[in-house]
Amino acid sequence: MKQLIIILTIVMSVPLAAQDKNKKEVFTVSGNCAMCQKRIEKAAIEVKGVKYASWDIPNKELTIIMDERKCNLDDVKKAIAHAGHDTELYTAADDSYNSLPPCCLYRDPESIKMEHHK
Amino acid sequence: MKQHQPTIIVLGRFLFFLFLVVGSKNVNAQLKIKGTVYANNNNNTLFPISGAKIHWLNDNISTITDSDGDFNIPYSKASKKIVISYTDFRNDTILANRPNLGKIILFPEIALEAVVVEERVNPLQRSLFEVQNVVTVDNREMLKAACCNLSESFETNPAVDVNISDAVTGAKQIQMLGLNSPYLLFTQENMPSIRGASQIYGLSFIPGSWIESIQITKGAGSVLNGYESISGQINSELVKPFTDKNLFLNVYANNYARFELNSRYNTEVTDKLATGLYIHGNLRTAKVDENGDNFLDTPLARQINFMNRWQYTDPENGWVGFFNIQYLKDEKQTGELDFVPKEDKFTTNAWGSEVNTSRLDLSSKIGYVFPDLPYQSFGVQMAYTDHDQNSYYGFNTYDIQQRSIYTNAIFNSIIGSTQHKYKTGISFTYDAFNELVNQQIYDRKDNSVGAFFEYTYNNLDKLSLVAGLRIDNHNRLHTFITPRLHIRYALWDKASIRASAGRGKRNANIFAENQQLFASSRQINIENNNGNTYGLSPETAWNYGISFTQKLYLWNRTMVLSADFYQTRFTDQVVVDWENPREISFYNLNGNSFANSFQFDFTYEIIQNLSVRATYKNYNVKTHYNNGELEKPLQPEHRFFANLNFETVKQPTGKQWRFDATLHWQGAQRLPNTSSNPLPYQLKAFSPSYSVINAQITRVFSNKFELYLGGENINNYTQNNPIVASNDPFGEYFDSTITYAPILSGIYYIGMRFKI
Repeated sequence: MKQLIIILTIVMSVPLAAQDKNKKEVFTVSGNCAMCQKRIEKAAIEVKGVKYASWDIPNKELTIIMDERKCNLDDVKKAIAHAGHDTELYTAADDSYNSLPPCCLYRDPESIKMEHHK
Repeated sequence: MKQHQPTIIVLGRFLFFLFLVVGSKNVNAQLKIKGTVYANNNNNTLFPISGAKIHWLNDNISTITDSDGDFNIPYSKASKKIVISYTDFRNDTILANRPNLGKIILFPEIALEAVVVEERVNPLQRSLFEVQNVVTVDNREMLKAACCNLSESFETNPAVDVNISDAVTGAKQIQMLGLNSPYLLFTQENMPSIRGASQIYGLSFIPGSWIESIQITKGAGSVLNGYESISGQINSELVKPFTDKNLFLNVYANNYARFELNSRYNTEVTDKLATGLYIHGNLRTAKVDENGDNFLDTPLARQINFMNRWQYTDPENGWVGFFNIQYLKDEKQTGELDFVPKEDKFTTNAWGSEVNTSRLDLSSKIGYVFPDLPYQSFGVQMAYTDHDQNSYYGFNTYDIQQRSIYTNAIFNSIIGSTQHKYKTGISFTYDAFNELVNQQIYDRKDNSVGAFFEYTYNNLDKLSLVAGLRIDNHNRLHTFITPRLHIRYALWDKASIRASAGRGKRNANIFAENQQLFASSRQINIENNNGNTYGLSPETAWNYGISFTQKLYLWNRTMVLSADFYQTRFTDQVVVDWENPREISFYNLNGNSFANSFQFDFTYEIIQNLSVRATYKNYNVKTHYNNGELEKPLQPEHRFFANLNFETVKQPTGKQWRFDATLHWQGAQRLPNTSSNPLPYQLKAFSPSYSVINAQITRVFSNKFELYLGGENINNYTQNNPIVASNDPFGEYFDSTITYAPILSGIYYIGMRFKI
């Protein structure tokens, strides 16, 4: 029984100790509104290895949980940039950015004041 | 998150809201929220204010009201909450959960009274996003009926049909998709509740005022709750100590001398632990015989029902838990008017019956959400029930005792990402039945152990599906698998189509489920085929369904149209054959048996605060009996339902009027064959069609006190001779089981609710 407990403890602590399977990251992603939120979250979750993605509209922070063995933060940021949203490291290409709906054109400081209907 | 309510409740409460959110996100280009801002001066009179600022919380979109106090603002999903501000008046923040917020009343800065803004979500919710065909009924809907217990809470709801099982006990039975309640799975907070011994009377053991909401799922349910459900699942969520009112008191009385008392008391022991004490009592003392057949039209009854709940929530560490203890004692006496149990029991002085039940339920739930992994959790449910019924009907004795243990452990997580979720776990059920049917003893022990896996896919857009599989080993049903599948696809703007398929398997508890047979002179005939339960083989059926829901905004009000079709096809069934008036036969199906159900629903708010619901249902339920294929008896082919509801605008003090009226129309029902009876005891082949109208008025005097007054069957339609051979109850033709219409006419009631 004691050995079993030890084995179980080891087995269960491996993924926790390794810290790579469920790596939590929080970073800023530019965006404006609920439409941006959906686009950012979908871009992130569709990266293989990303398990969970949630973007907070007021503080523009994206929280993700990812498997570091399958992807890295750059992959996620690239995917988000590809969807048209800037992060610290990657700026969205003009054609992806320009294809966003007018209210989502966050680089224009005035856009946030627009009507964020869809 | 302070309240760890089951997801389904949260869904139920916010479906409309979700609908707005996702609907607008996906497709709607110009969803706007409108409303009118009024000021409340100190004389409690209202006037519209122009120039009040309207903006979204944490968002920059804003507008101001025009000269009539009206505003129109584009919907912001990001914010969800609207802030209304005006100089010298207190700001108001409202959850924007519908396109027209109606009157919004601002109070002067100095006013001490709380701001009253009504948050209105339709009390009957049909979701566009739920994968299964679920209708969620919240407690406001249940207030529309006198709603004394769970069986009566479906009277304003078209998804479920309420029938009366027999003319003696008056027990109400419910049906779904044209099948009786044994084919439904009843759960209380997702644990199987009304099953086996409590099948007939169990619905009257859950007081309406304890119920927070009901979720009605049509068709194959989830594999999480077992393999027994065939036509659907009805889950009732009870009020919870952390979220319920501190104190609730309800008294009710009707013109047939039925009295009810409901009280609830909740208190928080610590910030993580709360407890609630719920007591229900009902009493009926008057002997009623309006139809002059010398039999009570409704039983004399007494019930005391007690529950103590404990709720634990620790959001920081991810633990939640519930512990419940419920005890019930229920006594009914019925039969001939001058029947006195002590003197006349088991004599031919007078025909009488007593049904006495006591029941103890213990249940607990423990859940854990991994703090670092918001998508991963596990839960354990445990329940113990001791149900004891002692009864006699004339010279027939029927006692049943059932002791059950139920445990279920569920683990929730994801495969790769939150687009692919799964639930898996194991369950164990043990039932010990001791039955005494006249002189015959039927004892049996059932146990089953099973494992299940349910996968949910959601592409965050149009498609979602739930696929479940379970494998069980049962000492009587042996080893078998139960597959269930549900798919939802968003066809276009605010429309979704759903399909489901699944199989269910169960043992028929023939006596408990057809207890009304004892209130007749019918002989019991079981055609033994060497099956494992009463000599009969288990029942197996496939259920397939398709449904379509379209929501529309017409003149800024929501209209919901939905249609569904379901088919249940039995591969084996324990047929209950009433076709010989001298006997009741139970035998395994030899041929076809199916139930087709079509339903069309329409819901619309015609003018502000006046909403209408209408439903048409068509059933085709046929079974191959020993003497050929016949329509199921006492099952109308056509049913129509309409409900009108009007509410006045809630005043700042909480004052409000609510009016509600419901019409049920039932087409002709085939009656069991009585052609071999002597002429006076013969019934027609079909019952007449008829309507029943119920209505209720509620006057809310304040947020604490309301009074209600209503009538059931106010058009006074009753069945003429509900009991065959009521003049000769000990003769061979006596039969109280053929009930197709109400027995009581014009039930008028009054009641009050007090809550703080």
